[in-house]
Amino acid sequence: MTEPRYVRVLLRIATIGVLVFLFLPIVVLAIQAFNSSKLLTWPPPDFTLHWFSDAAGNPQIVQAFQNSIVAATVATILALILGTLAALAVQRYDFFGKQTISFIFVLPLALPGVITGIALRTSYVTFGIDLGMLTIIVGHATFCVVVIYNNVIARLRRVPRTAEEASADLGADSFTTFRRVTLPAVRTALLAGALLAFGLSFDEIIVTIFTAGPGTQTIPLWIYSAIQRPNELPVVNVVAVVVILLSVIPVYLAQRLSGDVAASAAL
Amino acid sequence: MALPTAPITAPESLVPRRTSPRRKFGSWVHRRPRARLVGLLAAPITWMVIIYLGALFILLLNAFWAKDPFTGKVEPFSWTLDAFKTIASNPVYTTIALRTMGMAILVTVTDALLALPIAYYMARVASPAKRRLLVVAILIPLWAAYLVKVYSWRIILQGHGLVDWAVAPFGMHGPGLSDIMNTWIVLSYLWLPYMILPLFAGFERVPSSLIEASADLGGRSMTTFRRVMLPLVFPALVAGSIFTFSLTLGDYITPDLVSDTKFIGNVIYDNAANVNLPVAAAYSLIPIAIMVVYLLVARRLGAFENL
Repeated sequence: MTEPRYVRVLLRIATIGVLVFLFLPIVVLAIQAFNSSKLLTWPPPDFTLHWFSDAAGNPQIVQAFQNSIVAATVATILALILGTLAALAVQRYDFFGKQTISFIFVLPLALPGVITGIALRTSYVTFGIDLGMLTIIVGHATFCVVVIYNNVIARLRRVPRTAEEASADLGADSFTTFRRVTLPAVRTALLAGALLAFGLSFDEIIVTIFTAGPGTQTIPLWIYSAIQRPNELPVVNVVAVVVILLSVIPVYLAQRLSGDVAASAAL
Repeated sequence: MALPTAPITAPESLVPRRTSPRRKFGSWVHRRPRARLVGLLAAPITWMVIIYLGALFILLLNAFWAKDPFTGKVEPFSWTLDAFKTIASNPVYTTIALRTMGMAILVTVTDALLALPIAYYMARVASPAKRRLLVVAILIPLWAAYLVKVYSWRIILQGHGLVDWAVAPFGMHGPGLSDIMNTWIVLSYLWLPYMILPLFAGFERVPSSLIEASADLGGRSMTTFRRVMLPLVFPALVAGSIFTFSLTLGDYITPDLVSDTKFIGNVIYDNAANVNLPVAAAYSLIPIAIMVVYLLVARRLGAFENL
């Protein structure tokens, strides 16, 4: 459809407006990280690099970073295994209850995070399980599975089954076919999914608050508690900027690896 | 063509040379698709059913269990409707549930209105190079950490922040950090990319031939958009709305950080923190029920193929 000229102009204006809206908080934050005033007033009276060295020297932040990385790594590995298996089953087989299973695999991201959080916490308390890194990882893996599942299933839809059938006709057993035919076809989707899952886990707070014990902090948990302490705000800014960089770089890489990401990243 | 002199045998590759256990198992599995399916599904189903659905089930049970008035501990299998009575007897719980649903609808409509033009522009007006750039431009704010974005809005909205500075020339003050409108702005901001991306994919999938057919039949561009384009992207709109609606319904950090207002999530969080798990559990059945109905309707409308 060729839109009238004035419609195109209006669309362009609306697009620019939305982009400004989307980037405003990110830009403001990036500037505030260098604000020399502890009160974070606007406009910043002067600029400094002081807060960056403060953040790097804070042992709590370093520990929280380590915890976040460990949780995200383990959750991603678990999700890779579980999500790929489920996607292969749902996409390549017909069976009774398939609709139900695909529904269950949307649920952890479709239900509000607070529900996943309170459900896990209630279960941990009911069974007397101590809250800590393990309980955080279980929670993260549960929604990371969905990201991997969606990425792999989107790719499998586009990879015709014929290559796998040809492999079987040529005498390869199921494992060989998976290793030599299916895996190479979905490899970039797996990598993209893994990067997204890692990013999702690294930033997660809504579920994490419920599943973390009092002694365990991840980076979002540290930020959430530090926001309440006005003195720490300049350091929070620095951590926030680093976290944005760390979560955006994987997505950029995932996007380059796989065109599917645009559609499935929403999940 | 020379005739084969040797007796015809199966090509070597079809004859199992080594019969290692792995290979034996491999061909056993190969002949049994059911076994393969069970092998594929066993681990993920165990995880999702036992851990995830199991947790939801325990949550449901807790809503019907009594709490020890002194220790605050839930006593398993002590059946009672106390938690529901607490919620029903206090009108605040109803107000908060209605307020949260109202906000979820408001945010969804706001995001749909903001997303439609940019998604349309990305899919059908922008050049391919520009389109790729725009997709990345939507993905960056989507993936920039959630908490960090809320926090940044806090600095923008707070006294002496960017908003105060921007409206000062007009003799006005910013909203501070107590207004419920802040929640509306920030939640609409947070979930906007979740609406743009499915809509963009939806617009991209509309075949140009249908648009041309509409034009050939005399449909003006506005008519074509309304009668051909919108019905075709409607499932994508519903897919996006699942996120904007569900995420608003469950958020408790944004209302906490940028306003004084309590949402459903805050009630759940506060009760869990005050070790009143039965009330938290009972109250969380409200968003679960709403979302299950929403998802079933969305699936009927074809939204799941657009996720």
